[in-house]
Amino acid sequence: MSLLSVDNLHTRYVSRGRTVTAVDGVSLTVAAGETVGLVGESGCGKSTLGKTILRLVDPAEGSIRIAGQEIATLGQRALAPLRRNMQMVFQDPYGSLNPRQTVGTLLETPLKVHGMGSRRERRAQVLDILARVGLPPDAAARYPHEFSGGQRQRIGIARALVLKPQLVICDEPVSALDLSIQAQILNLLVALKRDLGLSYLFISHDLSVVRYFADRVLVMYLGRIVESADHATLWRDPRHPYTRALLSAVPVADPTYPRAPVAMRGEVSSGPATGCRFRTRCPIAIDRCAVEDPMLNDLGGQHRVACHRLE
Amino acid sequence: MPLEGALDRSADAAPPIARPLARGRSGRLLRACVTNPAFLVGLMILLTVVAVALLAPWLYPGDPQDMVAVPAMWPGEDWEHPLGTDSLGRDVAAGLAHGARVSLLVGLSAAAIGLTIGTVVGASAGYFGGVVDNALSRLTEVFQTVPTFLLVIVIVAIVQPAASTIALAIGVAAWPTVARLVRAQFRSLREADFVMAARSLGYSSPRIIAMEVLPNALPPVIVTTSVMVANAILTEAGLSFLAMGDPNLVSWGSMIGDGRSLLRTEWFLTALPGAAIALTVLSLNLVGDGLNDILNPRSGLA
Amino acid sequence: MMYPLLRVEDLTIGFPAATVVHEVSFEVFPGETMALVGESGCGKSITAFALMRLLPPGARILRGEVMFDGINLVTAAPRTLRDVRGRTLSLILQEPMTSLNPVLPIGMQIAEVMRRHEGIGKAAARRRSVELLELVGVTDAQRRYDDFPHHFSGGMRQRVMIAMAVACNPKLLIADEPTTALDVTIQAQVLDLLDSLRRQLGMAVLLITHDLGVVAQWADRVTVMYAGRVVEQAPVRPFFASPRHPYARGLLDASVGHDGEAHYTTRRLNEIPGSVASAAFEHGCPFAPRCPVRIDACRLSSPPLVALVPEHRVACIVTAGTEHVPAVG
Repeated sequence: MSLLSVDNLHTRYVSRGRTVTAVDGVSLTVAAGETVGLVGESGCGKSTLGKTILRLVDPAEGSIRIAGQEIATLGQRALAPLRRNMQMVFQDPYGSLNPRQTVGTLLETPLKVHGMGSRRERRAQVLDILARVGLPPDAAARYPHEFSGGQRQRIGIARALVLKPQLVICDEPVSALDLSIQAQILNLLVALKRDLGLSYLFISHDLSVVRYFADRVLVMYLGRIVESADHATLWRDPRHPYTRALLSAVPVADPTYPRAPVAMRGEVSSGPATGCRFRTRCPIAIDRCAVEDPMLNDLGGQHRVACHRLE
Repeated sequence: MPLEGALDRSADAAPPIARPLARGRSGRLLRACVTNPAFLVGLMILLTVVAVALLAPWLYPGDPQDMVAVPAMWPGEDWEHPLGTDSLGRDVAAGLAHGARVSLLVGLSAAAIGLTIGTVVGASAGYFGGVVDNALSRLTEVFQTVPTFLLVIVIVAIVQPAASTIALAIGVAAWPTVARLVRAQFRSLREADFVMAARSLGYSSPRIIAMEVLPNALPPVIVTTSVMVANAILTEAGLSFLAMGDPNLVSWGSMIGDGRSLLRTEWFLTALPGAAIALTVLSLNLVGDGLNDILNPRSGLA
Repeated sequence: MMYPLLRVEDLTIGFPAATVVHEVSFEVFPGETMALVGESGCGKSITAFALMRLLPPGARILRGEVMFDGINLVTAAPRTLRDVRGRTLSLILQEPMTSLNPVLPIGMQIAEVMRRHEGIGKAAARRRSVELLELVGVTDAQRRYDDFPHHFSGGMRQRVMIAMAVACNPKLLIADEPTTALDVTIQAQVLDLLDSLRRQLGMAVLLITHDLGVVAQWADRVTVMYAGRVVEQAPVRPFFASPRHPYARGLLDASVGHDGEAHYTTRRLNEIPGSVASAAFEHGCPFAPRCPVRIDACRLSSPPLVALVPEHRVACIVTAGTEHVPAVG
């Protein structure tokens, strides 16, 4: 059984009187101990998907099951105790920590709210988690603004892990950090996964980070998953024209690398109302793409693509 | 940030993690006084006024409304009454000292009332949004369309003009400013990542409002409060000038009102309480500006 | 030997509290793309703004010289400076959402630059603006001339910004993180556009970026900055083949994209320990506290930039000591 199983999830919100479907029928699973990468460009709905799974945004329809339990329709009160099992690491290490609480308070409050342990046990747990993320014990008495960006992200990770969850959704956890700090945080996430047996849903726009970090990768475009494969397959043999364009656009830090022009037109917009969402930017679109919405189709070996040209 | 790196002089050998940058909250007040002389001046004037108000019963025992000397004596004429006497022979200095009590008391209680109502309304509207927000925002707007001073006059005309009712009236008329400010703060903070984080950790709404959002929403509100106190003092002075103040108390406004008939000859009778009001209001504004810098956690950094 | 179009020498910039850019020197030759690369806070952006004499409040140029096209921009009169800005030296910024005036049609904003600097008439300016919009790939430029910035997507706005910047055929275009706010596919399009314009118009580009991939793909030469100092300077190929400064080496090793096969199950990423805020020595090399090859002498003085081979300069006494250093003339 999967730790997380999402089925036909939709999230809608109203913007300037129009209803926007940010997540449009997404199904995915995360197995225990697995890292699933979710890539896509800004506005593709990846962040909304992560927040919907954690019920920070309410889904319009569909099912979300954590360890077998359906949470899509639970009320916030019934949900609160289940939140221990699923946590989030946020992108912005500056905005995601309350600037008026000490690190100790930030880390101890979740334990208090969930009624875990005595005062002394909670203190011990805070010190334990600080050590795990590589911060000194005296960090507990300080305020977030006394730390650098990378250290703050360590605090954010510690807060997500203090309740000992099984599933951690990482929403662009290294995007706001400098390159030399990114490696530190990625190594830390790997070590924590190994030591604590975590499962990650790793959301990022950065393909090279996802390539390094994920076991399985989902590519998202305008609210839909357009391709999913294990990491090696996806990079060896990307099939969807959007995935190909995305991969070819990543600048390689090697001037001798022959760079192919990006085979894609225009920019992400609301997308056409009928047929395939990508067809207006697609270099290989045919007439059928305008009328029929492509479904995810298994090419074998769990490599699934939503494209008429590949059926 | 390279600045701290460059300034940090202690040379431990390559620690695995950078030492947290020492930049505590203590000392920020002191630094503000040094770097912001206007704040220091404001604070000193304000503290002087507060001290005079607190010490008034000992400095000038007895009722300041009692006649103690010849009427209309100029300042310096008789050192028993250094600031002179008014048309009824009351000591101006005693009046100013006791008036400070009234002005500050009315100002502070009015601001406290306005702050409480405004925060509750603004926080509910901003955090919950939707129908709650709509209803409370309309209510706020209704109150805002009525000129504050007129509203206060109407309320005071209905109830008895006592210091307590005047403070209540001013507070009731002043809360919409706070409500709008708090609502705007809550609306933006509600979307902040650390509030998202609190929700993902399963915190309850009251806890999030009180512990996560409110402490971050308060700094601009505190700054506004100092201006609210100043406005309340002005409004009370205006009421007393129109003889709608508490008849049993001497206030700066009533002193100006009483001195009006002698404006051409004994102008000091209006000028002295006027100056007291101006100085107090000015000091509150300076302190408000200074607080704005101090309460901003990112201030004081190069 | 070609003369440099821009020669920055010993540029030192300080705030009242601290000096943030120390003795920065580099050149940009006509027609080339020079990348100024470094992490946030390394002083690359403030250096670029100083070239235009556009500094944040409190910052001052303490020392140094900026020779551009025969003019010393550090001492030039405000009038001279206004004539240079936007004409021979132009600038595009990171944030395409805020760097256009939201209440004016975009065509008018482009035309304004040309009318200001070249004194051409309204009709001519409009015609040239439409041509420019077509040049930067805005389709249906005639009609879009009268559109406002909010009608454009982020990538399109950056194209409009580029049109504005090249309107007067500048000799040097300073691009401060021009694609950081854009998606990776749009980034490639915008940088390709910038590159083709550079060749068509024969201008030089000073590209400020934090992305080594961008440097490798779009720059001819690179200057690496760390904590306000230049630590390495080289043509792009030798630099990526073998970066000499320990910081540059560490950065390349730490980037996940560098080794295409790397996966967390098989390899741990190399990290540079600590952060820029790690305690620096008072006089020594700013990178020494994080440096894997540091020796005692690194604490004593800040290393000078020396040429290992012509055109490849490094500020590291360890590297310079282990390699043969020819006398620098």
